[in-house]
This record gives sequence, C-alpha cells and structure tokens, in this order.
Amino acid sequence: MKRITCESCGHVNPEGTVLCEACGKPIEKNQHIDGNKPGKLLNMRYEGSARRSQTYNKSVIDKIWNFFSSVKVGVTLIVITLIASAVGTIFPQEMYIPPNVDPAQHYADQYGILGKIYYQLGLHNLYSSWWYMILIAMIGTSIIIASIDRYVPLRRALKMQKPKRHKAFLQKQRLFSESENISAEDVEHVKNRLKKQRYKITEQDGHILAEKGRFSRWGPYVNHIGLIVFLLGALMRFIPFMYIDDYVWVREGETAVVPDTDQQYYVKNKDFIMETYDENDERYQEAIQKQGGAVPSNYQTDAVIYKASGEAVTGEDPELEKVKEGSIQVNRPLKFDGYALYQSSYQLDEFESMTFKIHETDDESEEALASFTVNLMDPEYEYELDNGFRVVIDQYFPEYYMDDGTPASQSKYPRNPAFVFFVYPPGEETPEVSFAGIGRNVDASGENDYKVGLQNFEVRDVTGLTLKRDYTLPIIALGGLIFMIGVIQGMYWQHRRVWIHPSDSGVMLAAHTNKNWYGIKREIEKAIDGTGVNMVEDQQEIKQ
Amino acid sequence: MGDLTQVSSTLLYIAFVLYLVATFVFGGTIRDKRTDKGNGTLGKVAITITIIGFLTQVGYFITRWIASQHAPVSNLFEFTTFFGMMLVFAFIIIYFIYRLNLLGLFTLPVALLIIAYASMFPREISPLIPSLKSHWLYIHVTTAATGEAILAVSFAAGLIYLIRQVDQTQRSKRTTWLEVVMYAVFSTLGFVIISSLFSAFDYSAEFQFPVEGEEMTVEYQLPAITGPNDGELLSEGVMQPWFEAPGWMHGENAARKFNTLIWSVLTGAVLYLLARLILRKRIAAAIQPLLKRANPDLVDEISYRAVAIGFPVFTLGALIFAMIWAQQAWDRFWGWDPKEVWALITWFFYAAFLHLRLSRGWHGEKSAWLAVGGFAIIMFNLVAVNLIIAGLHSYA
Repeated sequence: MKRITCESCGHVNPEGTVLCEACGKPIEKNQHIDGNKPGKLLNMRYEGSARRSQTYNKSVIDKIWNFFSSVKVGVTLIVITLIASAVGTIFPQEMYIPPNVDPAQHYADQYGILGKIYYQLGLHNLYSSWWYMILIAMIGTSIIIASIDRYVPLRRALKMQKPKRHKAFLQKQRLFSESENISAEDVEHVKNRLKKQRYKITEQDGHILAEKGRFSRWGPYVNHIGLIVFLLGALMRFIPFMYIDDYVWVREGETAVVPDTDQQYYVKNKDFIMETYDENDERYQEAIQKQGGAVPSNYQTDAVIYKASGEAVTGEDPELEKVKEGSIQVNRPLKFDGYALYQSSYQLDEFESMTFKIHETDDESEEALASFTVNLMDPEYEYELDNGFRVVIDQYFPEYYMDDGTPASQSKYPRNPAFVFFVYPPGEETPEVSFAGIGRNVDASGENDYKVGLQNFEVRDVTGLTLKRDYTLPIIALGGLIFMIGVIQGMYWQHRRVWIHPSDSGVMLAAHTNKNWYGIKREIEKAIDGTGVNMVEDQQEIKQ
Repeated sequence: MGDLTQVSSTLLYIAFVLYLVATFVFGGTIRDKRTDKGNGTLGKVAITITIIGFLTQVGYFITRWIASQHAPVSNLFEFTTFFGMMLVFAFIIIYFIYRLNLLGLFTLPVALLIIAYASMFPREISPLIPSLKSHWLYIHVTTAATGEAILAVSFAAGLIYLIRQVDQTQRSKRTTWLEVVMYAVFSTLGFVIISSLFSAFDYSAEFQFPVEGEEMTVEYQLPAITGPNDGELLSEGVMQPWFEAPGWMHGENAARKFNTLIWSVLTGAVLYLLARLILRKRIAAAIQPLLKRANPDLVDEISYRAVAIGFPVFTLGALIFAMIWAQQAWDRFWGWDPKEVWALITWFFYAAFLHLRLSRGWHGEKSAWLAVGGFAIIMFNLVAVNLIIAGLHSYA
C-alpha cells in the first residue's frame, strides 16, 4: 500500500488521507476527496481520514463497497422504504381484512378499481413481499459497510492526532481567532478554565489541545450495531425452533393439547370470564352511553397448564402433571417453560348440549312423551328412548343458516345448532321427519303425529388463546438497547476540541465540534474571559 | 368526583388562556430592542407566564388522572392535549438553552392550536378497554408524545428560519410551499372556529345509512356538505348534503370525518384569503420583517438541536416502548398496523434528516424544509391516521 508522508510533521499517513492524521495539514493532492476548496473552511466530517470508499474504485468489490458505503445511497434506500411503507397503509393489509373472504374479491368489492390494482400488485402483502425484504436487507448492508468504511479510519485519525497542529489547519476551522501580545499567564489561564469545563488537556511544545466528549463520535457506530442486532433477531424468526406462533380454542371445562409442543403440554380452561363496566358508574356513564353499549373491562381465562409425564402411548390419554395455574388476561399472558399463552379471542355461550322432547302434535300442553339429550360436540347417530321411540339424526347444522332455501352450516362450531331428525314412533318402521333448532321446530310434511321440541340446553364459553414461543425476543431487545445507548451517546454529547497554537507574537485559537456550535462558543467565551485572547469568529456564519 | 372533573377542565382552560397571553408578551419582545437574548424584562415575563401555564396544565393532567383513575392519555382528546402540554414543556427546555424569545412566538401558537384542536373531540372520561389496561399505556404514550413534541419545536424553529430566509421579492416554488404551510395552519384554525361555532348553536343532523348490511345512524355536528354513502337524512330543518361520500370510505364515522375535513379546508381557505386581502402580500412576506433581527444560524441550530434531542426520545417512546407493550397486549411486538407503520415512517424520515445533515451537509434552508416535512408527517399520523385509516389505535 502506498503511504503519504506529511511534508510538515513527517507523519506517515495511509493512502487517501485528506488531512494529515497528526498535524492536520491538508495533503494537497487529496483535497478533492472531501471537497475542500482554497479559501474555504475544511471539511472535518471524518477528520480528513482515508476511507476505503474514497480511495479505491477499480475492482467489482470496490464498486460494491463504494455503493453501499455512500450516505446518498443509504438515504435513498431509507426514502424508498419510507414511501413503500406509506403505500402499504393506503388500504388495509391482508391480515386486517376479514378472514374467510377471497382477498381478490374483497379488495375489488370494497375499494373498486384501485383496490383491484392494489391486490394485483401484491400491495396487500407489502411488508412481507420479497422486494420490501430486499430493501430492508440493503439498508442493513449499507449500515454495515458505511460504518466500517468510516469507523476504522476515523478511530485511527483521532488516535494519531497531535496537539501541535499545522497553521493552515487552524486557520481553516469554522471557529478561529488570532491574538497579538498574549502572555504565557493568559494562555495558562485559558488552559485552566478549559480544564475546569472538563476538557482533557494535552500539550506539545507549547501547543495545547483541549478535548472532550470524543466517545460521542462512536455513537453512530454503536447505534448501527444495535440496528444490525435487531435485524438479525428479526431474521431469526424464520428459524422454526426460535419462533412458534399458534392458536388454540379451549371450551370451558375442557383440556386441550397445546399445539406445537409435541403433545407435551395441555391447557385446561377452568372458566372464561368477560366483564363489562358498570353502566351506572358515575365516572364513565357519559362515555358508555355515547358508546351505545357495554364497554368490556376484562377478558380472562382461568387456566391450568399440565405437562404429560412418562412416555406418550398412542391412543391412550397421557398422565398429566400440573405445571402452572393462573389467569390469562389481555396484557397478562401466562408463561411456562419458555412458552406464553395470550388471551386473544372468545366465544360466549356456545351450546354444549341440547335436550329435546317428543310430544303429540295436537297436544297443546306439549307434554313430553320422551326426551333425549344431544351432546353437540359429539352427537350420537341414534337414540333409543323410553316409550319405544327411536330417533335418528339425519342432518346436523352446528351453525345453521338458510342458504338460498336450503339449510346449511356456517361453521363446525355449535353456535346455532339445528337438526333434521327421523322420529320412529313405537312399532313404526317409517320415520316422521322433523326439523328442530333454537326457536324453530318445523314439521316437514305437515302430517306428523309427533313433534320434536327443545326442552332444555346447556351453554359454555370458549376461549381463544395464542401460543407463542419467541427466543428472538432477547436478541431484538438487546438490539433496541444498543441502539438507544448509541443514539443517546451520539446525540446528547458532542465531541469538542479547542486548539491553542503559539505564533510569533501571540496565539491562534481554533475550535471544532461535531454539533452544538452555540455550546462550544459559550465555553470558549468563559475560558478567555479576562484574558487578552480574542473571541473566536464564526467563519461560516450565514450573513444576510 | 364530578367536581374534580370540573376542576380539571377549568385548569386546562386557564392554561390555554395563559399560553395565549404569553404568546402576546413574546410578540411584544420583537419590538423591544433590549430583549435580543432573553435577558430583557419582557422576555422574562413571557417565559414566567408560560411556565405558570404549563404548571396549570400539569394540574389539569393530575386532577383528570385522579378523576378517571387512569392516565389521561387514552383517547384522542387526552392524547392531543398532552401533546400540546409537552410541546410547551419542550419549548421551555429549549428556551433555557438558547433564550430565543422568537421561538415562543412561534411554538406557543402551535401548542394553542393543538390544544384547541384536541378539545373538539369528545371530552368525557372514558373507561379503558382491556388492551389499554397496562402501565405501558402511559409509559408508551407519554414518551412518544414527548418525543414528537420536541420534534415539533424543530418545526417551529424551521419555520422561523424559512420565513426569515426565503426570498419574498419574487414568487418562487419556495414562497408557494411556505404559503401552503401557512394555509395548513389557517385550516387548523378554521376547524377550531367552525366546530366551536356550530357546537355553540348545538347543531345536529342525524343520518341513517347501511354498513355491511346493518343500518347505522350517525350524528353530524356540522352541516352536511357530504352525507354518508346511501345515507338518509333523519333530522328535519337542516341542510341536505350536497353529495355523498365515496363508497370506499369505511367505518361508521368516515363520512362525518370527511365532512369535517371539507369544512376545515373551506374555512381555512376563507380565512387565508381574508388575511391575504388585508395584508395585500403573502402571509410569510408579511411576517418576514418582524424576524429581521433573528440570527438565522442560531435558529438553524435550534431546529437541528431539537431533532437531536427529540429523535432518541421518539425512538424510545414511539417504537421501543410501543413494541414492548404490543408484545404484551397483542402477542406480537410489531403488527404493521397503520399507526405503527406511520411511526416507523416518521422515524425513517428523521433518520434521513440526520444523515443528510451530518453527512451531506444539509444545513440552513434544506434542513428547515425537512423539519417542516417531519412535522407534517407527525401531524398526519396524529390526525389522518386516526381519522381516515382505521386501525388498532383509532380510539376516537
């Protein structure tokens, strides 16, 4: 690798250096790199250090490196992602449209021609689209490459810097002053005042460097590491072991196997509770009335978690051992062995069983001749009753509705059960056909001697629980934490430097900060107060 | 308890008036030659009134918290009011760093408009639905609002910069955009004025309309320029809608909100045109001479500094705390809900702002335009996403 030796101080700099690492003298042939112009201030952004991206541009690797290390490219990527993200909110994403509808149909019906285009472009699943992923991946790459490209030489430059700076370096700082006839005492005075303001002082042949907050220069790199950790954590969700997301419905009193746990865990729903705010509560009365209905205050499942003990034998119920018992509420998941169950949905008053009675059609008091109970989750085919009656279930509609004149079921869940029964009166071989459900019992032929009517029913609630196991969370949280540390480090502190350079008859004073120029000016004002040293002039001040 | 609610509203009202007074006193400092750096008496009086106003509003916040038994940041009125309060807080902090009176003259009116805007929404104390019942409600919402408020100070400073610096001697793209910003401010004012006016007369028009097969009714507090799609006017003796809202606008209140938007835009236009007629020049051009003594470099730095301070707070509140809560309440820390996406967009935007400023040297005017753009995104997230795009956060 070629080296550049500083003509002024003799320090050997890497190729591509703009300002000598030790004394800051501009290296003539490289000034174009940072856009430094004669008569203008120096670009101090990366201390004029030699960045790979600004030095080499021959091989394909150089070109890729230079592409991703460019801030212009990085910002462009951010802006494209920003616009893409906004486009994704024009219409709801697919996950927010009602389930059980055909998305193609839904978008066209609801949003017209625009919705149709939106769907056909795949914008209804924008955030999981390959191109959105590629955008994020490119931002990630840009973060890594741009950070390495700058961090390494910047660190080197700040390590190599010497208090003794070249005149040209000082004169071309944004804050600069020159003072005549300054006594050594005055210089000492300024130095001590700066020290008092917690500047770290280093000296070399009467040249003084006062520096503080250098660590804030690392803030951007720390926060970029945080972002990378975060993105890696998010990426790990694609590993099945790291991330489990499933769903289970459990009826009151039932015990269901927890999905995705190799039949290891079981959950029992002891009770599902839904509470609402008291409509007479003075505090919330007005709001509840305006809402026009009850406002829920709590959804809760009292649950017991069991673990199967011993070897699982197919076809046999495993022995269960209680692991944990507790309430699952919204905002309060129940956690066990790395898993968490969240209260996520419910179904109130699902029918558990229905009891029907048979009576004579023309009996106005509807006195029961016989009755039978149907378990709605597991109905039997045939029921032998007292008095010689026999009932066969011909058809069962768990959630009954009329579909163009034919009875049908909307789901397999007994939310509105209805039956077509074949009733065999004692000794008869031909059945009478009866239709019975909630609030209806229809005699299909109109000539039945016996009628089937609902006598009684039992209901229970069902709870819907989300199961999660997410080992990526700690990584993602760590990424967030590192990001916050980095961003605070970089934003709430500033790297400030003041150089004092003895000249023939007085001193030169120059200062640089990476942000908050107002702050450093005030500190210099305090430091020079009462001495003959002139206040620095802001050579960049916008004058209008 | 009902009394406490009353006390709370009164305190908010007093705070509002104090901010208004403080704005005028800050206005007085422009002409006062001695108060350039905030050491004049008038400047001191102004900031003192501001602080008293802020403390009064803190009083509102605390009493309302006690009355409602949960942090009053749970609906649009409460959140927006809190945002206004934090904007004043952020201003006070920045004021004590830079002592720029002019900043008060620009920040306080923004806060006033925000609080006035907030009070147009239902103000009764509402119970918390289960997903909002968490400590993260106030941790997340207050931090996010604080971050946004600090970023809003950057907007105020950016606006000062632009009005001061944009050449008003001839018409250009820049002067036009600056007028667009001015017009947006007038529209907000228009919304407040028109809503207060019709609510003073108890205006009400009820419509019946179908939503997914069910008949719904909606009550308009403003005369209906646009009615619900396929809606039928129930009230008598009120204005018939001129046209129906398009069918793709969903939600039971979509048409009403759309109607309010039309009203605000129209009233804003009337106000703006009136102001133009009276001033006989661009609004920004009329303000420009008042800002002559402002140091553009300092204003630029304040604008940037506000972003530097606000960005970490915003990240923490609107993204990180939000994720922690979302993980607890909805079993996923990120769900691409529109409000979440727009918080991310805001974050992207300010990230781009910082990179452009730090690495590409976008100082001065470019930076000021970005500060204005960022605030526009924040307002879009606060107003439009809640009102137009429905999602988990549309609690009003």
